[in-house]
Amino acid sequence: MRNKVVSSFDEAVANIPDGATIMVPGFAGPGMPRNLLAALLRQGAKELTGISNHPGAGPLDGQVDLGDLIKAGRLRKMVCSFTAAPHPSQATDFEKLHEQGLIEGELVPQGTLAERIRAAAAGIGAFYTRAGLGTELAQDKEHRTIEDKEYLLEYPLHADYALIRAHRSDTFGNLQYRLSQRNFNPIMAMAARVTLVEVEEEIVAVGEIDPDQVHTPGICVDRVVKIPADGIWDRPVDRE
Amino acid sequence: MQKTRLSRQQMANRLAREFQEGWLVNLGIGIPTLCSNYDQGNREIIYHSENGVIGYGHIYPKGEEDLHLVNAGGQYITLVPGASIVHHADSFSIIRSGMLDVTVMGAYQVAENGDFANWKTPGRKGGGIGGAMDLAVGAKRVFVAMQHTTRDGQPRLLKQCTLPVTAVGVVTLLATDLGLFEITEDGVLMREIAPGYEPQEVQALTGARLTVAKDLKELGI
Repeated sequence: MRNKVVSSFDEAVANIPDGATIMVPGFAGPGMPRNLLAALLRQGAKELTGISNHPGAGPLDGQVDLGDLIKAGRLRKMVCSFTAAPHPSQATDFEKLHEQGLIEGELVPQGTLAERIRAAAAGIGAFYTRAGLGTELAQDKEHRTIEDKEYLLEYPLHADYALIRAHRSDTFGNLQYRLSQRNFNPIMAMAARVTLVEVEEEIVAVGEIDPDQVHTPGICVDRVVKIPADGIWDRPVDRE
Repeated sequence: MQKTRLSRQQMANRLAREFQEGWLVNLGIGIPTLCSNYDQGNREIIYHSENGVIGYGHIYPKGEEDLHLVNAGGQYITLVPGASIVHHADSFSIIRSGMLDVTVMGAYQVAENGDFANWKTPGRKGGGIGGAMDLAVGAKRVFVAMQHTTRDGQPRLLKQCTLPVTAVGVVTLLATDLGLFEITEDGVLMREIAPGYEPQEVQALTGARLTVAKDLKELGI
């Protein structure tokens, strides 16, 4: 099977063009592709659309995430489940730019966000959900009653690139995640046209990963990079 | 008798006492997270987190964290034996399909018909929904824990929410620092009251009309 290992993050992100839509997984730290994001920041692509649960932890965290690209003005739009922090004192770079009208925000309930990504991954044209019924978010959406319950119509979210962080990979890109690092990674890896992966452990030969234990099949993966010892590794964050 | 408002942990404990054997429970950020500190004795409660963790235990002591394992609030957690991990879309399948016995959430406001608001505050363009809208329509029960009044003393338990709602008509039980309230078809029933308070004092701090339970109890803390 084809070897998809590339030697650097810069090489992995080199052809992401201006205007691309990128999916970025991660949930409160685990599963965040920090090395690929840092490379994309160096690469300089702009007018990007980001699809991610959160537009970066900002000052709370101090680690490389999507917020660094937002702060540098590289994104024109975010699709996410938080366009404001729970408290104004925790306002992110995204929120400040959003308030000034310098970046667009599409606010989506987290489960609807996940399902819209999954729908793109699964070739589903649209689906109905009850999340958001009776709220501001439902105002412009098609309503439909199915078996006496009301639902809202939601559409898939497609992307050009997914930036993925995995625990293990073989040279073909069969991936395993560890614990809550999994979060959005498997669905984003399947939903995007091109999938780039940063890997924590040494990349192994094909056949080394038990087929029953593969979380994302290598057919969904395009480029794989091992995170070097001096790459970006998660640091513990204090949260009350 | 001295008036005592409940602490955050006491509010959480009161709601956690309602959990039943074998329940699958999702805890929101803030006061609800504290529900998992309550000693359930022999009752087995399974805690679910939006990021796909089913069966987590206590918070990790500092310095021993596993950086691959957090709950919805980003706290480093432990797993209990029998835990499992799913991806985000499967985690919300569990949420929407009604497998959760209860979701406990924080709120800015709760209305007497069970509407609640917890994602957008006045004067800000954006909002923070997270999983709240999915949880609110999907779980079998929605409990809320919140302070009874705002910092400047305005009521949060209202006839109607003035902030944008998260979901309509879903809250059934509310714990505040002044009591335990059941949202019924006939309005808000005050079942328990904070030590030292009289029902009319709580009513004066409430925007909805309260019915006082015939067997009103002091909220044990």
